[in-house]
Amino acid sequence: MATDSIGNVELTDSTPTDATAFLIEPPRKRTKTTSGRRSRTNFEMLAWLFMRLSGIVLVFLVLGHLIIQLVLDGGVSKISFAFVAGRWASPFWQAWDLLMLWLAMLHGANGMRTVINDYAERPGTRFWLKVLLVAATVFTVLLGTLVIFTFDPNIS
Amino acid sequence: MSTPTIDDTATPHSAALDAAESGEVELITITLRIRRFNPEEHPDAVWVDYQLTVDPKERVLDAINRVKWEQDGTLTYRRSCAHGVCGSDAMRINGKNRLACKTLIKDVTALDKNGVAKPITIEAIKGMTVLKDLVVDMDPFFQAYRDVMPFLITTGNAPTRERIQSEEDVQRFEDTTKCILCAACTSSCPVFWNDGQYFGPAAIVNAHRFIFDSRDEGAEQRLEILNDREGVWRCRTTFNCTDACPRGIEVTKAIQEVKRALITRRY
Ligand code: HEM
Ligand code: SF4
Ligand code: FES
Repeated sequence: MATDSIGNVELTDSTPTDATAFLIEPPRKRTKTTSGRRSRTNFEMLAWLFMRLSGIVLVFLVLGHLIIQLVLDGGVSKISFAFVAGRWASPFWQAWDLLMLWLAMLHGANGMRTVINDYAERPGTRFWLKVLLVAATVFTVLLGTLVIFTFDPNIS
Repeated sequence: MSTPTIDDTATPHSAALDAAESGEVELITITLRIRRFNPEEHPDAVWVDYQLTVDPKERVLDAINRVKWEQDGTLTYRRSCAHGVCGSDAMRINGKNRLACKTLIKDVTALDKNGVAKPITIEAIKGMTVLKDLVVDMDPFFQAYRDVMPFLITTGNAPTRERIQSEEDVQRFEDTTKCILCAACTSSCPVFWNDGQYFGPAAIVNAHRFIFDSRDEGAEQRLEILNDREGVWRCRTTFNCTDACPRGIEVTKAIQEVKRALITRRY
């Protein structure tokens, strides 16, 4: 640090040289190498686009789903095994539910990935939360898909 | 440019504030509540109150200067031009990022129900390493700025005269040329607060300034840099940056234009 003639301190190097000095550091500071490990893919752009496009489709799928399940024909009281069996007898509702399952799960999972990126500070925490997220997503999507395709209305 | 003002209906006006607005000089007593941090003494920051009598038409920087000169010479902060040009005195005043030299005391002074001025809180901008009091380590901020290559990139021989540009072409990026690199936008961004690996609005603004300059030929390179994991896609359009910019730059709009350019250049 240099001092000029009127006693003002000029910061020549903003990193303190005194090793004993305290600092108040933010989480996950940018470093010189941050941009060095650059990803050469369009993954983030495609994820961003997917959130918006799936959102538009989900407006219709989810609202339609909620109205059919919760509002029309006496609301929730009509939902039974027979009601579900009746709807899934039609390929149209099978396709609707399959699309809704995949879009909502991928949309929600990518949204949660954003939340983890925003809030988890330590690299280890970030990694394991994402592992958990992917496992839960894959499990739910596969199980849901399996049920839609193998649903047996005459199960005993 | 939007200068923050006191909402007349929400805040009771005192004679002093009215006088300030009509141009007469009437002094008021204010409290500056400054978040002090001394790296040589204590690992934590503390809030310290300073009382002083000021003309409310003066700027917050004048008040801070008076604290340093008259009450506590150890108070540390950056300032240089004192006229909103150099961008060195961005700080969080009453929880909002502002330049101390462009903020009038009357505009950040509210009265409590007894007619006494509430303390004006002043702290370092967020998301950066605090070195002392209001001084933060700007290196990571400028690193992100350098990473977007904020200089003219061309091929071939330079023309013997200036590079001609139409008025329309200038208007395409004119807004983002106004940046003074004060970091008010980047340090107001909640994504940046938690993850400073994000390039941040200021770096994107300065990339925008060249990406949309018709004389420049490096747009593709800069777009590729901002297509990064820590690039424009981390922006969540909270508009904090646009609110914070002391130059009135439409920061969020600039970021969205870069996103759009990234999508449309391929599809
Ligand atoms: C109904 C229509 C929906 C629309 C139009 C919609 C739209 C969006 C958009 C545009 C984003 C991105 C926000 C940003 O990047 O700043 C988002 C984020 C998100 N969405 Fe949806 N979405 C819908 C339904 C859903 C559903 C059904 C779920 C749950 C399965 C969900 C979970 C999430 C989550 C967790 C995020 C991340 C939150 C965040 O970024 O803070 N969304 N949504
Ligand atoms: S865009 Fe505005 S707020 Fe951000 S660094 Fe430039 S002048 Fe400061
Ligand atoms: S001191 Fe230069 S911008 Fe405020």
